[in-house]
Amino acid sequence: MNKYTTVAIMLHWLMAFALIGMFALGFYMAGLPLSPIKLKLFSWHKWTGVTLFILASVRLAWRIGHRAPPLPGYMRRGEQMLAHGGHRLLYLLMFAIPFSGWLMSSAKGVQTVYFGVLPIPDLLHRNRELGEQLQTLHWGLNLLLAAMVIGHVAAALKHHFIDTDDVLTRMLPCRGKR
Amino acid sequence: MKKLFVIASLAGAIGLPLTGHALEFNALQPDKSSLGFTYKQMNVAMQGRFRKFTGQVRFDPAKVSNASVNLDVDLASIDTGSPEGDDAVAGKQWFDTRAHPVAHFTSSRITPLGGNRYDVAGELSLKGRTQPVSAPITVAVEGGNAAFDGAFVIKRADFSIGEGPWADFGVVANEIRVTFHVIAAGK
Repeated sequence: MNKYTTVAIMLHWLMAFALIGMFALGFYMAGLPLSPIKLKLFSWHKWTGVTLFILASVRLAWRIGHRAPPLPGYMRRGEQMLAHGGHRLLYLLMFAIPFSGWLMSSAKGVQTVYFGVLPIPDLLHRNRELGEQLQTLHWGLNLLLAAMVIGHVAAALKHHFIDTDDVLTRMLPCRGKR
Repeated sequence: MKKLFVIASLAGAIGLPLTGHALEFNALQPDKSSLGFTYKQMNVAMQGRFRKFTGQVRFDPAKVSNASVNLDVDLASIDTGSPEGDDAVAGKQWFDTRAHPVAHFTSSRITPLGGNRYDVAGELSLKGRTQPVSAPITVAVEGGNAAFDGAFVIKRADFSIGEGPWADFGVVANEIRVTFHVIAAGK
């Protein structure tokens, strides 16, 4: 079958919009002067980050249990490797980014308490210097994700408009109407 | 027998209160003492401390009625965990350290609660406002030092700490728990 499962499609788009929103929120809130709004935004960002980490786990489990449709046969071996490598890196970043945020939060001495109710254990002790290094790491990983997403979108558009194959459309939720 | 005598004279020489002889602890050791606080921010347990404080302590376990404590806390020496936080709380909406650089505590009465526990009642002056506070403490005498440990809770709104948009207790809780570990040497 040359299509993704409905669950895979839903998870893809849910995370796509959430990741873009989180990137914008993180960028915006980091530049704000200290205020109650800033503290609220940081908390919401962390809660969403925990949620995205859970969704990434569900998505990875689903992906392992449900084979993705194969890439078009005309793609060269190098192109196929590039596509698989890119997808692997995207998955890796979906785990590494919230994880780096969690560590950063601990090192900065602000425990993550999911929805203000469930405390997530701190893996690191408060350490100002380490906190700043982890902030740089969190930002660097996000820049890498942004570059990967741009490449991902460019590749999907190339498949659709230049190669005119179904690589893009098979991930769209409304494919049945075509 | 000779050995026992040596131990006894050694103990006497370093001032161990073998006979319960009265010793007044009155030399505050700021370097060995600490003053911290904990609070909830977005329901997250946070902690901080003040690096600098001075004061006078007088405490003789045999004459508790004469005991007293005065503490002056340099509010600008706060460590909230982030430079951004330290700067913010020095501002007008929080401590306003330019107008009110020092927090002052004076004890009015120290009451024995039995064993090594006491109740310290007094007044706390902060940002131009004075409120009565009291704290149960424990006193541990070790060598020539006495360690006073305790905690009390203040409501920041009582001292107008965190005004304007910060008055929202949902972001920074009203209750602030102050914890102290004060060491005083005996004379």
